[in-house]
Formats: sequence, C-alpha cells, structure tokens
Amino acid sequence: MHDDPAPRLHLPGPPRRGVLAAASGLAGLGALTLAGCGGGASGRGDTKSDGKPRRGGRLRAAFAGGGASETLDPHLSNLFADVARAKALFDKLADYGADLSARPRLARTWEPNAGLDRWQVTLREATFHDGRPVTARDVLYSYRRIADPKEAYRAKASLEPIDLAASRAVDRRTVEFVLKRPTAEFPNVLAAFGAYIVPDGAKEFDRKPIGSGPFRFVSFTPGRSTVLRRHDDHWDGAPHLDELEFIVANEESARVNALLGGQVEYAHELNPTTARAHERGGRMEIVRLPGSAMQAFAMKTDRPPFDDRRVREAFFLIADRKELIDGALSGAGRLGNDLFGKGYEYYPAGLPQREQDLDRARKLLEEAGAADLRVTLDTSPVAAGFTEAAGIFRDQAARAGVTIRVRNGSKDSYWSDILDSGTLCSYRSGAMPIESHISQRLLTGSTTNATKWHHKDFDALYQQAQSTKDDKARAAVYERMQRRLYAEGGFLVWGFADWIIGTAPSVGGVDREAPANTLDWARFDKVWLR
Amino acid sequence: MRPLRSWLARRLLLGAAQTVAVVLLVFALTEALPGDAAVALAGDEPDPARVAAIRETMELDRPATARLLDWAAGLAHGDLGTSLVSRRPVSAYVADGFGPTLLLASLTVLLLVPAGVGLGVLAARHRGRLADRAISTVTLGVYAVPEFALGVLLVTVFALRLGWLPPTAVGYGTDLLGHPAALVLPVLVLLSRPVCSLARMVRAGMIEALASPYAAQARRYGIPGARIRYAHALPNAVAPAAQHLARTVDWLLCGVIVVEALFVIPGLGTVLMNAVAERDVPVVQGLAVVFGVITVVLNIGADLVTRGFAPRGEVTA
Repeated sequence: MHDDPAPRLHLPGPPRRGVLAAASGLAGLGALTLAGCGGGASGRGDTKSDGKPRRGGRLRAAFAGGGASETLDPHLSNLFADVARAKALFDKLADYGADLSARPRLARTWEPNAGLDRWQVTLREATFHDGRPVTARDVLYSYRRIADPKEAYRAKASLEPIDLAASRAVDRRTVEFVLKRPTAEFPNVLAAFGAYIVPDGAKEFDRKPIGSGPFRFVSFTPGRSTVLRRHDDHWDGAPHLDELEFIVANEESARVNALLGGQVEYAHELNPTTARAHERGGRMEIVRLPGSAMQAFAMKTDRPPFDDRRVREAFFLIADRKELIDGALSGAGRLGNDLFGKGYEYYPAGLPQREQDLDRARKLLEEAGAADLRVTLDTSPVAAGFTEAAGIFRDQAARAGVTIRVRNGSKDSYWSDILDSGTLCSYRSGAMPIESHISQRLLTGSTTNATKWHHKDFDALYQQAQSTKDDKARAAVYERMQRRLYAEGGFLVWGFADWIIGTAPSVGGVDREAPANTLDWARFDKVWLR
Repeated sequence: MRPLRSWLARRLLLGAAQTVAVVLLVFALTEALPGDAAVALAGDEPDPARVAAIRETMELDRPATARLLDWAAGLAHGDLGTSLVSRRPVSAYVADGFGPTLLLASLTVLLLVPAGVGLGVLAARHRGRLADRAISTVTLGVYAVPEFALGVLLVTVFALRLGWLPPTAVGYGTDLLGHPAALVLPVLVLLSRPVCSLARMVRAGMIEALASPYAAQARRYGIPGARIRYAHALPNAVAPAAQHLARTVDWLLCGVIVVEALFVIPGLGTVLMNAVAERDVPVVQGLAVVFGVITVVLNIGADLVTRGFAPRGEVTA
C-alpha cells in the first residue's frame, strides 16, 4: 500500500454498518433525513437524501473553544475547534481515513526505500491562498518549525522519527525524508495531529494566515468568531460554501439553542441526552460519529495490585460493559473489548467479546491473594461520563468483593496527575492509528504510558512491525501484540463513545462515519446548504 | 467639607490596600491550584518533556515570587502583563471582555433600580394586602430559582417555542446594542434575583421608616402621606439598599458567568473562567486588579450615596 498510495475505498466493517442501519431504520419513522447512513456506498451523506450539492451560502458552526487565548497558528492546535479551523485553512501531507489509515492529501505519493528509513514524498500541485505554489521548502520549513527544540508544539513528538537536518528538498515538489529508524507507518507521521503545512517563513497567523486549505482567511476574533471564504483554487476542488464561520460557544445548551434557533447550522459535541431528545423532532439532524472516543480504566501494571496479571484479568471480567455504556454514555456508544481502535485498520475484530464473569473474577482474585481487595479509582469531570462510569464500576466491583474508593481530581491537571501516580484511573482517548496508540502509550520509552506497560519483548515486536514492509506480515505482528494486550494489558476498554453533532436540516453532505480527528470529521469543504 | 475629604482619603487608601490584598490572595490561590499553565495546556498529552518545554517557554520555571515581582513592576507603569497562553497583552483581554459585560450590567442596573424600588414601595404601601402578598410571594419564588434554570426556561419558552427572541447572542460579536432583541433574555435573567432582593429590602425599609417616631411626628404635623412616604421614608429605606446595589453591580461586572455562558456573550466572566482553567496567572491577576478597583470604587460610591440619603453621626457635626 505504501508503494501505491492512491486513495483506497474504505468500506466499513460489517458490525458498524449493522449498527448504523438499525439506527437509521428507527429514526426513519419520524425523520426524513437520517437515511443518509442506510445504504450509501460512502460515509458522506447519501446524495439521494441530501440532494445535489448546491453552491453558495454561509455556514455557521458552533464549537467549544479556547476563549480569548485562541490562536489560528495551526501548529498550536489543541482543541477540536482549533483543528476544525486549521483544517479549513491549511492542509497536511496526509490525513486519516475513517479507519485511521493515512490517506494522501498534499502528498501525491510516498515511496520508501528498502530499509523503510528513507521516504520520497511527491507533492501534488497545490497553491497557497496568495497564489504561491506549495513546495518542498514549505514542507521542510513547517516540519522544522514544529520540531523547534525551543518550542513545544504538539506535533513535535509525532515528527520525532524524522531526522530533519538530513532530510532535503530533491526538487520543487519532492521531499526526501531521512528517518532515524525504519518506520513502516511513516504516512501516519505525515497525517499527525497538528502537522500542517504553512508557507516558508510564516510566523504570525492571527492577522492574515495564509494556507493551502479549502478556505481563505477573512476575519478572526479570539474566543468569538472566525470567518473564512472559499478558496477557489483548492487542489481538492473548491468548497460548495461561499463562507464558513466558526463560533465559540462553550456551553452545550447554548450550542443546541443556537442551532434550534437558526443562529448556527452546525453544532459540534452534543450530549447523548440532547441527541435522544432531538433525534426524531425534525428540528435538527443528529449525526453520531462512531469510534471517536475510547472509554477505559487504566491499571498501572508496574505496581500492586495490578502487577499481578490475574488481578488485571479479574478486573476485565468485573466490567459489565453494556451497563457502563447505558449508564455513563446514555447508550451512545459501542462495546469495548479491552483493545484500542475498534473499527480501525489492524484491529483484531476476531477476538471473542469479553463478558462479565463475577465468579471467575472472584476466583482469579483469590488465586492472586487479593480476595479482599481495596483500590482507589481516580477520576475527574474532565470528560463526559467519567464520574458516572467510575460510580457504576465501583458498584460492579463490589459484587466481586472488591472495594473501590472513587477519588475526584482536578479537571485541569487530570491527565498529568494520573500519568505516574495512583493505581487505577478513568481514561479516554480520541481517534488515532493503533500504531500511534502503541508508540505513544505502550512502549518502554513512550511519553504517556499511563498503564506503565514496560516489556522489552513488546517493544521488540513494535520495532519488528515498523521494519516489516509487507502489509500482511505487519498486520500479523500487530495482531500478536494486541492479543497480548487483550489477555493481560493494562487498559480495561469498556466502550467507544459516539461523537455527536447536530446540524440544521438544511445542511447536506455531512460525513456520518469519520471518527473525530479524522479527515472527514468537521470537514466543511464538502458540505453544502440546501 | 473637611471630614468628608479625609474620610474619602482614608477610604481610598483602604481600597488600595484591599486591592493589593486581593491580588496577593488571588496569586497565592492560583499558585495553589493543582497543576500550572503548562500542565493545563498539555491537556491529555502530558508528555513530561513537552510539559517541561512549555514551562520553559512560559518562564514558569522561575520562582513564583520573581514572577509576581516582575508583574507588579509592570503594573506600576499601567502594564497588566502578558497572557502565558496566547502571549497577547492582558489589557486586550480586559478591553475585549469589558464591553459586553458593562453593557449587560448597565442595562440591568437601569432597569433594576426603578423595578426593585417600585415593587418595594408598592408592597410597603399595601402592606398585608393582596398586592403586598402577591409581590412578596413572587419575589421569594423567583429568587429561589437559580439563574441557569431560569435562563434555560426563558430560552425554551420565548426563543425556541414562541420564536419571539433569539436564543443566544451568537453571531452578533461586540455589536450587541445593534441587536437589542438578543439582550432581552440575558437582562431578564440577570434582573430576576437582584430585583427580588432589592424589592424585599426596600419594602422592609419603608415599613420600618413609616412606623418610626419621626414619621409619626410628621403625620401629627399634618404633612401629606405621599410626602412622608417619598420625601422622608423612602430615602431612609434606600440607604441600605444602596449598599446592596453596589454589591449587585459588583456581581454583575465581575462575571455574570452563567448568563454569559448560556447566551454566548463573551464578557469578563468568560475570560476569567477560561483563564483559571488555563492557569493563565497574569490574566487572572489582571482581572483581579480590575475587579478589585471596581469593587472599591463602587463601595465608596455606595457609601457616599448612603451618607447623602441618610446622614448619620459623623457628618451631622
């Protein structure tokens, strides 16, 4: 696949199709509009129900945002609102498809050498908003800016495999990336969160940012609104919309009210209860993006009681996943099987679904000498459903004789607090390739290894996968690694929350399958107003 | 006039000391919060190397006292400092957030005073009768409803169901005055509780004043009832209410957080909320100074009003 990076068809697996079809069948009774996910061959809104794309109009989209400290610097993107704006103004070399495999964007092709540590990337013919072509120099400038040791851009860790000093522009539209080690999944690096291409020398982005994205800059008021206009020369076709306005509204009820009152046409990140209340009302369309947020409890595998794999397995068996999804996510999610990335490329869908088995859990705990176990579960209102899930899991554990004390932590420092301290904590993750999840969280040298999963043989398998050019052989290595995590890993993954978006009935072309953070999520160049 | 001037000087000095104390307290409390701006910014990617790098670019690796002193030195030249997160001046934050908040607060106060005083006087005049009981019941009832609930209720009924008013101020930017319809619901929500407490306060003050010996004396002299009520009793009833009003204005200016969030009006409350969540200490401190100064000025103003309406001991000399 890496030799031939032409866009592939990403047919979703059967389970997801089944779930969506059922949902649309139910909703079809009341609403005319949800049919989009029924039978279309692509995730993008079915042309039959959404009608033909129509040119023109201004779409207003409400996001939760960063307030007065917001910036349009794409490399500082941190929140969903930042990314949505960044992807409208800028492009990356690659981006993620619905199954989190890298798809070419500004890069037309990528070609590794035999050792997988040198990659030739050819750019497509694209222009910035000021008419200049996107060149290899712009790419190298952007990546060097992100990797600047004096700065702390988020994508810096993702670009770490690249030796930027040795990488060079072969010609105007060819970049040769020299890597520090073989990296079979190098296209994932090109698609990394925040790895946008900016013009050579660009430093200031809040006054008049120039990108190559589908929309060009009109105006920006931090914490309030960002107005953009169609970039007619975008390489992927000009957007249907004339104008796009991003509006910041941090309160969910405000986003819903603005949508219902016709003040915006797109409201990002709604609660499951809102979705249920309005699913059949006909005043807004509810879009549920599956597989967007892994929901888990993270067990620290390097310290008691979770340094005993029997205790970890017992905890896997304590969880009643259906009850957790119904209670903490109001039913808006899918079952987890203790592995990250359900529905993504390389996910081992064949493993049996783990079910609650309290007798076996009790037995395992007894064998481990932990029959009367007491554990503290760290949680925080930092993510929707966290405290609810912690309470439900506490009650489930009590039935297996485990006493869990739920400890609520500060929302603003939660992720940093749970990284090294405690033994058990609420955890969630947005969408990323399974390979990135492993490299960021499950290797000895990983920077955010919250389960303290340190295994030399596991690290070696990862290196082996990265040095394996053959797709099938590499998939087999990933499967081996994931089987091990399934049996004795530190993440008790109980579900995947839907990402809920509301749109006005007048909006067509909103993708219904792309998890949050992937290419087709919050992608406004392919959306139109009827 | 001498006593007034020295009283004012003392009050101003006290106010300055209070503002300094507030800033120090806010700084200490913000420092005491778990995590700093670097941790908050790193969010769900708390890679320790990245946190350390952010900390360095934000100069958070310097001791807290050094940072505070630097900031205080800048303050002496009227410089409120620079945001850690955006590197934009704090004064811009305050200037951007002040307009909407000031507009909401002044509209609310403009309506609050006549409405609150009027209802209070009306209830006092009809003490014990239907009007009094109706006003007392409704004000007590409305006072008990939290702003958020009331806001959601009003939006649902008047904006979403009846369609009379816009549900939020989304899309109007700073030009709120140009869209008065968008201000109706926020101001109603803001008014709801202060009107109730003010009305109840004025009512109680009026009743007390009307029952006082001087009112009885005035009646014995045959002064008409209206004149006793409005020229004699009302000023005495308004005096405590002025203090209350100052506190209300304070509350309005210093972040009508719920209303701002519910109606998407990016005022000072929103700025403060975000700054605390981001541990953006200079912004929090800058706002603390602004709020401190406002509070002090308002309270001095309220004291002046009180002295004007109901001169007591010290000024009678």
